Amino acid sequence: MNKIVEKENFSEKVVKIVVEAPLIAKARKPGNFVIVRVGEKGERMPLTIAGADIKKGTITIIVQKMGVSSIKLCDLKVGDFITDLVGPLGKPTEIHNVGTVLCCGGGVGVAPLLPIVEGYKKAGNKVITVLAARNKDLIILEDEIRKNSDEVLIMTDDGSYGRKGLVTEGMEEIIQREQIDECITIGPAIMMKFCALLTKKYEIPTMASLNSIMVDGTGMCGACRVTVDGKTKFTCVDGPEFDAHKIDFDEMMSRLGGYKVEEKDKLDHFQE
Amino acid sequence: MERSEEYIKNERKKEWRVELQKKTKAKDRMTIERVQMPESAPEERIKSQRIEVNKGLTAEEAMREATRCMDCVNPTCMEGCPVSINIPKFIKNIERGDFLQAASVLKETSALPAVCGRVCPQEIQCEQRCFYVEKLHQPAVAIGHLERFAADFERESGKISVPELAESNGIKVAVIGSGPSSLSFAGDMVKLGYDVSVFEALHEIGGVLKYGIPEFRLPNAVVDVEINNLRRMGVKFITNFIVGQTESLDDLKEEGFKAFYVGSGAGLPRFMNIPGENSNGILSSNEYLTRVNLMGADAEDSDTPVLRGKNVVVVGGGNTAMDSVRTAKRLGAEKAMIVYRRSEEEMPARIEEVHHAKQEGIEFSTLTNPIEYIADENGRVKQVTVQKMKLGEPDASGRRRPIPIEGSEYTIDASVVVVAVGVSPNPLIPNSVKGLDVSRWGTIEVVKDKMQSSIPEVFAGGDIVRGGATVILAMGDGRKAAANMDIYLKEKYLSQKVEH
Repeated sequence: MNKIVEKENFSEKVVKIVVEAPLIAKARKPGNFVIVRVGEKGERMPLTIAGADIKKGTITIIVQKMGVSSIKLCDLKVGDFITDLVGPLGKPTEIHNVGTVLCCGGGVGVAPLLPIVEGYKKAGNKVITVLAARNKDLIILEDEIRKNSDEVLIMTDDGSYGRKGLVTEGMEEIIQREQIDECITIGPAIMMKFCALLTKKYEIPTMASLNSIMVDGTGMCGACRVTVDGKTKFTCVDGPEFDAHKIDFDEMMSRLGGYKVEEKDKLDHFQE
Repeated sequence: MERSEEYIKNERKKEWRVELQKKTKAKDRMTIERVQMPESAPEERIKSQRIEVNKGLTAEEAMREATRCMDCVNPTCMEGCPVSINIPKFIKNIERGDFLQAASVLKETSALPAVCGRVCPQEIQCEQRCFYVEKLHQPAVAIGHLERFAADFERESGKISVPELAESNGIKVAVIGSGPSSLSFAGDMVKLGYDVSVFEALHEIGGVLKYGIPEFRLPNAVVDVEINNLRRMGVKFITNFIVGQTESLDDLKEEGFKAFYVGSGAGLPRFMNIPGENSNGILSSNEYLTRVNLMGADAEDSDTPVLRGKNVVVVGGGNTAMDSVRTAKRLGAEKAMIVYRRSEEEMPARIEEVHHAKQEGIEFSTLTNPIEYIADENGRVKQVTVQKMKLGEPDASGRRRPIPIEGSEYTIDASVVVVAVGVSPNPLIPNSVKGLDVSRWGTIEVVKDKMQSSIPEVFAGGDIVRGGATVILAMGDGRKAAANMDIYLKEKYLSQKVEH
């Protein structure tokens, strides 16, 4: 049982939760994730770690209301307990000093991107970050990202904040302007797919962090399998980051919808 | 704790045993027919995941079956038991009507008698070595049914005994994983006076007993009682803790743990790597069974979804395949089918499971192997292309090798496919512990019979060593590891020579 010590609504659908988890706070590295479960009938749900405070023994998770389980988690209040929380899971990001790194985050993908941005900065890289969302309200963690980036470019679909346009438009401008040595992209699968296509054109090594469906998160179930370079990999133990140029994104997007009908049934039932 | 031959012989000469031996003539014992396990009706039990198939013996049935046992001078049945249960002693206690005593005999050497009584393949272990089979070529004494009876009787009586514990020696040992091997190890170590903590990655204790074996074969409530017994004996259980991730082995050493038992199991499901296998609707038996057994996805009020299909194909011929296909039936499949590449004779599943599956209307397509999956426009599987097989010469496993018949391909409709073709060892521990010798299959290398790894304070057993075996073999490993770790720790920390 892990106690929630802080909660903030970023928008109607996106919530920041700070929860007690001293061992995870100490052990987690950029790229790691956790699995949470709310209630005795609850589902196991993978969530990325946006930050940690070793002294306070807490970790920060950012949750987007999507289905029954994420809604139940977002409905918890400060002082409530998360039934189960386990981690850190997955392989950490391989961070080196490579020169200039382009970090691209879309929507709640900015949450797992933050520790990676921090890591790259600490390793001595020049960090340029592109944040993208549908509109101004959905841009999250801007201050924290700015603190750890040499330059930040904000793109919104509707132009309500930063520049109007897709994440790839902002990226391409930067790529044409200066030498980029490495790129990382985290966000909706469709966004990551187009980021990967773009950086492939310019031959920039690129990693993408995947948010596949999982049950246990320890390699046991295989729900998170993804094709990378023609081979089946498990996102939980082989990932969550893979060479973005080798990921079969179309299959990945299809697999994200593997329980669409069943999940909608559960949601309808829950909202009745 | 191993029982010497002399001990067994002396036990047999106890007054009450001699009296029973005299009471009924051998000839009369032999005329009794082997008891039939009462079963729930197939058409009833397929309505729910939670109706147990085998209902258990009544006291009369159990006592009568116990009378069949000859109380042999040389009980060969015991040689067939990986955890060396004193079989004649517990059976004779049933014959004389002292069921609680029978249960306590079981618990001398087994941490999980109610589990073993349900899921052990007795027909190839103790029962295969029974006097009736070896000498008379008749059906064995129903040792497994009797084991279950005694364990169930004790549980239902509410008078659950706690085995005798040695005085605490204060030495901390950590157990990684909480499946049958770990529980068996933990039970023996706590009896020997150690301070035992079990670390489990999932939110429930029990490992494969919880996530893998369905409730119709092994109710979770039965497993929980056995776990609570261990708790009462002093074993500590820590859930949501992944050794190697949450904390490393070195962290645990700093916290005072002197030795480790790795029973982390065969976590990684195998797939066949055939075209279309990553289509939606195709999942591992681990995923399918975990959703239902651990997460309760068969119930309306569970938040965890599960795929239900009209036509469900399960690939494989082991117990896990049978568990999956029978689960599919209970989730409402009109047609639930096993596709297996060899013939029924080579199936690794227990005969009883195959028999129960057939009673429940499961279809069997043997000598058939999937070669491709065909998905619809949404990426959801709709058909399996299979190929007929024939049997060739025996392979390394001793079973006849399946050979594809060219041009025999055809399709089977399926909206859900469960792949149950085996598992590989979980890589989390082998990857996170430096200096641990690991085979090329990813299993931990141990000194046979000692279960000690290349790191002296790390022992291992069960599927992480074997790569995929049975509950009882995993439990046997746990016992062996406990006996040997005891010697190791006492020599190292208590300067005691331990009798081997």
